[in-house]
Amino acid sequence: MNSLRGVSDPRRTPLYDQHQQLGAKIVPFAGWEMPVTYEGIKEEHSAVRTHVGMFDVSHMGEVEVEGPGALAFLQLVLSNDVAKIEIGGAQYSCLCNESGGVIDDLFVYRLGGDRYLIVTNASNHDTDLAWLGRWCRDFDVSVRDVADRYAMLAVQGPHARTVLSRALKLELPPRMRVAHARVGRRPALICGTGYTGEDGVEILLDPEVAPPIWAELLDAGVVPCGLGARDTLRLEVCFPLHGNELSTERNPIEAGLGWCCVESTGFLGSAAVAAARAEGPAERLVPFLIEGPGIPRDGNPVMAADEQVGTVSSGTFSPSLERGAGMAYVRADLADPGTELEIDVRGKRRPARVASKPLYRPDRKAS
Amino acid sequence: MSEDNYPDDLRYHDQHDWARLEGDDHAVFGITWYAQDSLGEVVFYDPPEVGATIDKDASYAEVESVKAVSDVIAPMSGEIVAVNDALEDAPEKINGDPYGEGWLVKVRLTAPREAEGLLDAGEYRKLLEN
Repeated sequence: MNSLRGVSDPRRTPLYDQHQQLGAKIVPFAGWEMPVTYEGIKEEHSAVRTHVGMFDVSHMGEVEVEGPGALAFLQLVLSNDVAKIEIGGAQYSCLCNESGGVIDDLFVYRLGGDRYLIVTNASNHDTDLAWLGRWCRDFDVSVRDVADRYAMLAVQGPHARTVLSRALKLELPPRMRVAHARVGRRPALICGTGYTGEDGVEILLDPEVAPPIWAELLDAGVVPCGLGARDTLRLEVCFPLHGNELSTERNPIEAGLGWCCVESTGFLGSAAVAAARAEGPAERLVPFLIEGPGIPRDGNPVMAADEQVGTVSSGTFSPSLERGAGMAYVRADLADPGTELEIDVRGKRRPARVASKPLYRPDRKAS
Repeated sequence: MSEDNYPDDLRYHDQHDWARLEGDDHAVFGITWYAQDSLGEVVFYDPPEVGATIDKDASYAEVESVKAVSDVIAPMSGEIVAVNDALEDAPEKINGDPYGEGWLVKVRLTAPREAEGLLDAGEYRKLLEN
């Protein structure tokens, strides 16, 4: 890290110059200067749904957890059953506080017998590190911030694997697996994960080789995509975003993440999560579609009759469905698919209907 | 359209709206090339109703891109006599042809002399440069 950087200056990824050369619209995001779009969100969105796109997600953080006590420690802090991850495996989990609030949601990769890598959300990286540091003291384990060691590229779309293996001569791991590889002649990790609902991988690579690899993938026809398309893609497949759907004020049960919570492991917050599961939450996170014109936005009130019954956590125009769509927390008795609601979009009531997950189902056969 | 463009026959409002005067007391309104470029691909135009009264400098409609909502400001006061219905199915015309097929409303002006307070193309370009 550059020691001359002021504390409030936004950070730049190793690909900042590439984004500028491509004429990206750059915005501040979680303390970073990130590309929100290059040629247009709809085109980028469509490239990922029909062909292949790449996202610079180097702002995301990485934490390495290693040592004889790694499994026991991760079992304490993560909501899922970490013991189920085989070497080379991946797992989605919540990092909860004692009251079951979600500090972050993240992927854990098992790189070796007692060596794990956690990928954090950029906005939560420092908080996660402090939390892990606080709880690791009783375990024979080292917790290292390795965020500066990696650039991260998400290559996603039905043709991602074909294009990548041809362009970079790589063997790619299947979904939910991680593989050691060499990218640009440097050690790298290839993860069979993503945030778009499409097939593809996320590559953790040496920051120094990120620019030439980016250029090679551009030459191979991979479409550069910004955070704008990343958001519409994840929303169509109902992946939560921390800060929108998830926060320390929400537990995993109301967020629909009960499937990644295994209370029998006794993780921090498991008692609160078990109680929420047993009682049933007062509100639930639901996907919804606008029935006519109008685009819902974050924070819009959700109405039934003349009563506010919830709040939109993420709202957008869905490029695949060509209509307003989003996710909202609503009163649990109004959470069933098909329930008619109204979204108050800046004073105009827009009819909406609770949908089932996902809002858009990628056609995996297209590859 | 990819190149910026500000026709000489229009009057401009500093909130990036244009007016094309027609006859003594009618005008067509829309948003400028700069406005559509800043907003990105327009995916929704929420027009006012025909017959609605609009006031100079006040919002009379909204245009939305995937990520953002923008109020459309009336460059002059009047009554809406027509809205561009074609934009309901093809709001992207606002990006492709902001001064032609991407027009937003036709207005019967209640104070045609307001045109004198608007910018000409050269003045508007200067505003954008600053």
